[in-house]
Amino acid sequence: MVALSQKLLVTSMEKPSRRSPQLSFDQVFRLASLSSALIVLIVLAGIIGSMIYGGLPAFREFGFGFITSSVWDVQRDQYGAWVAIVGTLTSALIALVIGVPISLGIAIFLTQLCPPWLKRPVSTTIELLAAVPSIIYGMWGLFVFAPLFAQFVQIPVSSIVEGLPVFGTILYARTPSGVGVLTAGIILAIMIIPFIASISRDILDQIPPVLRESAYGIGCTTWEVVRHVLLPQVGVSVIGAIMLGLGRALGETMAVTFVIGNANRLSPSLFDPGSTIASRIANEFNEAIGLQLNALMALGCILFLVTFTVLVIARVLVARVKMR
Amino acid sequence: MKIVSYAAALGLAVASCSLAVSAAEITGAGATFPFPIYARWAEAYNKETSNRLNYQSIGSSGGIRQIRAKTVDFGATDAPLKAAELEKDGLVQFPVVMGGVVAVYNVQGVPAGQMKLTGEVLADIFNGKISKWNDAKIAQLNQGAALPDAAITPVYRSDGSGTTSVFTTYLAQVSEGWKSGPGVGASVQWPVGQGGKGNEGVAALVQQVPNSIGYVEYAYAKQNSIPFTQLQNKNGKFVSPEAKTFQAAAASADWKSAPGFGISLTNQPGDEAWPITAPTFILVHKAPEKPEQVAEALKFFDWTFEKGDQMAAELDYVALPAQVKDLVRASWKADIKDKSGQPLFKK
Repeated sequence: MVALSQKLLVTSMEKPSRRSPQLSFDQVFRLASLSSALIVLIVLAGIIGSMIYGGLPAFREFGFGFITSSVWDVQRDQYGAWVAIVGTLTSALIALVIGVPISLGIAIFLTQLCPPWLKRPVSTTIELLAAVPSIIYGMWGLFVFAPLFAQFVQIPVSSIVEGLPVFGTILYARTPSGVGVLTAGIILAIMIIPFIASISRDILDQIPPVLRESAYGIGCTTWEVVRHVLLPQVGVSVIGAIMLGLGRALGETMAVTFVIGNANRLSPSLFDPGSTIASRIANEFNEAIGLQLNALMALGCILFLVTFTVLVIARVLVARVKMR
Repeated sequence: MKIVSYAAALGLAVASCSLAVSAAEITGAGATFPFPIYARWAEAYNKETSNRLNYQSIGSSGGIRQIRAKTVDFGATDAPLKAAELEKDGLVQFPVVMGGVVAVYNVQGVPAGQMKLTGEVLADIFNGKISKWNDAKIAQLNQGAALPDAAITPVYRSDGSGTTSVFTTYLAQVSEGWKSGPGVGASVQWPVGQGGKGNEGVAALVQQVPNSIGYVEYAYAKQNSIPFTQLQNKNGKFVSPEAKTFQAAAASADWKSAPGFGISLTNQPGDEAWPITAPTFILVHKAPEKPEQVAEALKFFDWTFEKGDQMAAELDYVALPAQVKDLVRASWKADIKDKSGQPLFKK
């Protein structure tokens, strides 16, 4: 077998002269890869174009008020995106606040502290989490998580904070049903953890061991090594990982639709139902006609814009850290 | 040997494909509410005639869009189109089967089927005007019941749906406040409560949230044994949702009063009539571009009128009364013609 492959190697090395077919293949290959890249661009441009085209009537009808108004009344054809925008940002923010520390904890544990025999099972489990379809998270969230959350979190917390300033509003559930903005944020956190954790783990793995070893060598504790040696090294790339998670949290549709409660009302309490841009589109697109359809398209445009802005901010942050 | 058997199998597959092509394939799209019964009928029809029905349950407005664009042989919608809209697009509309919407509740101390409500009280609950279960208006209807001193959580369909359309039609008929407030439609602006996606989302919330009330299709509530309320009908009688009371609502209705049978069966008179009953409709073109396809579709619906009642009952839908079926057949003969002006439905 080895002899055969060696012989093949030799024969192929002996014939370097047949250039022309190689060149043409190269050209074909180049064209093929170029067109693959172009397809992505064309599809993206097409999507943006058709979203803007579809949303234009709504933007024209309501102007800037489309973003600031919180009315969404299909019967009177009045549409405003404010409630959905706030819901989208709030639920994504909750997801980051819960998800990022846990993800970083996982990544640090796996790369620095984990005994080798445990490493594989833990990383496989996390990767499996990423493979769970979002509808499963939604159903699990609604049927399993929400009742438990109502019983063990919403009811006790509400009875503790009732009447307190600030907390009495933010964490008070008038109707402890288990679904709401906070529930959506928690489900989203579970969904983005595998992404942030596994990318952060890969990044931490790439740090040369000599750096860590020398830090330990001068007597640093594990915390000091992580805090002052490893994290500064990977800062930029971890921001990238977090932004990827944020992107998923902003656009997640099915899971959120199941557990957010789908109410078009702004409420100061995180336990109250709300809605996100994606959940509203998922709910209403089926039966939308006329201006309602345009308004949903316009919502899509806004989601595009929000996600795009997040990406740009991420890039700017990364660039700034690199400059230093 | 292996190759030969593969080839034989391939040949068979090709042959069966070409056989399938020779049988008619009817395409339709629209309402999700009647999808289970259409699928059941299609399966039985396919066994009997080898004709296929390809029905996509994409939602009523999707069905209307598709039949307008002529991409399907028939469209299906829960909320009837108005006469002007039918006229504009040259469409014929007819009902095929009925169903009911029921109010489901989760209140401890009131056994299943014992809660009595009037339409007005139901509207006030979903409007937020009645916010506690021990409100005097509810207590008056349920004397002797141990109604809790707890806030009511109304649960609604968050997705646009024919069920919501039927439910809000009823609320607007019985309550001025609802008519001038949230109004009627596949999705309305709910002043209070929580939204669940689909029947299953509403049912899950109602079952999980104590002191909640929601609305789902009757079939869904019955098959999942979710407690539903009695309602007071137009004649002032309290009735429970069941096949008998749905039929009573259909029997007392004046089907000829609206073009395309586009009447609402909500709030019908009759001592036994369930007040939130609704037919679901089919749309076809008056002068279709593919007359032979529409003729096949009409044959299918005629077959369901003849042999589909039992299957409908098994799935908790309600068949149309016999005289309504005859009216529908007559309208096919009168209105749906091929290019030479001959009626497509021959019988």
